[in-house]
Amino acid sequence: MRQAIAAAIADEMAADDHVILLGEDVAEAEGVFKTSEGLLERFGPERVRDTPIAEMGFIGLAVGVAAAGYRPVVEIMFGEFMGVALDQLSTQAAKMRYLSRGEFTSPMVVRMSVGPGLGFGAQHSQTLETWFANTPGLKVVQPSGAQSAYGLLRAAIQDDDPVVFLEPRILYGEREEVDTSTYLDYEIGKARTAVSGTDVTLVALGQAVPIAIAAAQASSVSVEVIDLGSISPWDADAVAASVERTGRLVIVEANPYSGGWGAEIVAEVGSRCFGKLVAPAHRITCPDVPVPYSATLEERYIPTAESVTDQIAHLVGSGTLPEPWWKKEKR
Amino acid sequence: MTETATATRPLERRKELSDPLMRHRRMIEIRHAEDIIKELFASGLIAGSTHTCQGQEAVSVGIASVIRPTDLVGCTYRGHGHALALGIEPVSVIAEILGRQGGTTGGVGGSMHLSSKEVGLMPTTAIIGAGIPISAGAAWAAQLSGTDDIAISLFGDGASNIGAFHEGINIAAVWKLPVVFICENNLYGEYSRIDSTTAVEDIADRASSYGIPGVVVDGQDIDVVMAAVTTAVDRARAGDGPTLIEMKTYRYAGHSRSDPATYRPAGELDEWLLRDPITLHAEKLMADGLATQAELEAMDAEVVASVEQAVENAKMSPVAEIADMFAHVTAGKGR
Repeated sequence: MRQAIAAAIADEMAADDHVILLGEDVAEAEGVFKTSEGLLERFGPERVRDTPIAEMGFIGLAVGVAAAGYRPVVEIMFGEFMGVALDQLSTQAAKMRYLSRGEFTSPMVVRMSVGPGLGFGAQHSQTLETWFANTPGLKVVQPSGAQSAYGLLRAAIQDDDPVVFLEPRILYGEREEVDTSTYLDYEIGKARTAVSGTDVTLVALGQAVPIAIAAAQASSVSVEVIDLGSISPWDADAVAASVERTGRLVIVEANPYSGGWGAEIVAEVGSRCFGKLVAPAHRITCPDVPVPYSATLEERYIPTAESVTDQIAHLVGSGTLPEPWWKKEKR
Repeated sequence: MTETATATRPLERRKELSDPLMRHRRMIEIRHAEDIIKELFASGLIAGSTHTCQGQEAVSVGIASVIRPTDLVGCTYRGHGHALALGIEPVSVIAEILGRQGGTTGGVGGSMHLSSKEVGLMPTTAIIGAGIPISAGAAWAAQLSGTDDIAISLFGDGASNIGAFHEGINIAAVWKLPVVFICENNLYGEYSRIDSTTAVEDIADRASSYGIPGVVVDGQDIDVVMAAVTTAVDRARAGDGPTLIEMKTYRYAGHSRSDPATYRPAGELDEWLLRDPITLHAEKLMADGLATQAELEAMDAEVVASVEQAVENAKMSPVAEIADMFAHVTAGKGR
């Protein structure tokens, strides 16, 4: 997936000379996750810039350069580093258009690596969608593999609004053939059906998508997997249409339960499809704890395909909600 | 509608500043506008908060007299004076503060959020220090596109203690960005005196830690302000990088409308009033034979009347439209 990301940036930089890249170690080092490989060499130091370790400063710089007509792509090495720069994104960039009657805008992409699974511990492993999703003016996108990363990143760079682009770190090394000719099929706010099915609608985002697909494939019932691709805006019509057919809604999230993005999906689709539901809507998430370091603990922290398959079987078989594992084991 | 005519008026107002008498007039306009805005708040016509700049007029008018409309300006919530100095008409500023359609953003912004691309004013920000890296970014755009436009970053003394100040100025210095950082040191960050929050007396001293020039300037003398800004702007246009200018000035009113400024030592305001920027400039105009006492008095009366008329016109502007609440949240659907 890292090559797909570098390719998307390169193709947008080639198409529009107002696209520029900045961030910590993105130029000479080609990104700590190698997501800007070859870009400095190809586009030069004017357009591919290393910054000081100063997220507030260089996100602000991106806001200013975007207001003046450029399309900066900013790399935040680990999503948590946005904590020191959130003002520039949520309070400055997201309101630039609103507070200028559209005279000044923020066509910028803030990319960041996110998510648990690689032993980076509590401060380098969160997915953080909900830091951004409740802010009108921001778009929040999360690819689920190389193909969607390529298509969605190109869409994000072409977008005229600030886009938060959450890259599941655990997928950087995943390999798949990418068809670069289909990128126009990827739109922010448009979900994709990853697996078609008839009994359950399984909604996932980012690194939860491969988990959901594996669970669907192992399941004894027919599971439809929807890859949201973006959480703000999100494709309520696609999810509702699927649930209208299946009558069951299950969400898989790689983030804590309370206040997770899935709650928004359940609230909206649960209300819309109330009469069509034959089982309660269900969310499969991580527990409400910081991401633990030890591999033994981190493996339990993230939903596994096996646990998703089991919970779907329980829901379809009994029509009642499965209990999260941590509630059962705590007793 | 007279859209074309009103669209050019702010730029005409900007051009007028080449005339010292018009610079004087603009300072008076800002003073009266701020006084009236304060009264409007007191009378309950306006919600939220407001931050006025009486006493700091030489800084705003001095800067606007030196830079181009294509130079982008990043400014704070204490921005009415800068907006007027840059050319925005009083009726637009006051209508915005009243939440009317005739305001700079049709009333969705309010007192703390004025904006006009025509005169180069980026949306003023209500977060202390936030505009510093943004202005540096605007300067980066000028550097990338190869023009000799520059950016101005305006902030108060309180902002010099927030991280954005350090991060923004450092990057601008390392990348030699064409930006001029201008600190209006009015001695108080919100309700706290500068020496209770800041270990250096001159904020300009901090420039040395970024390897850029730092200059202390008498912010009450518009000619001194203009000279200092010209030097820094020329340096930026020439590609030699940023300058930090500290304008020593004073805020006659409290931090915001709810602040009576009782924390100030007795007599401090009176001392500063002796160096009032408008009085100082009036004396200079008269000494140079550019105006008589009677002419300046007539100008003052004329400006009072024009600002009062602007208030009346602003009050006649319809209240903000619901459509504007939704108009500029996003560009809409992407690609």
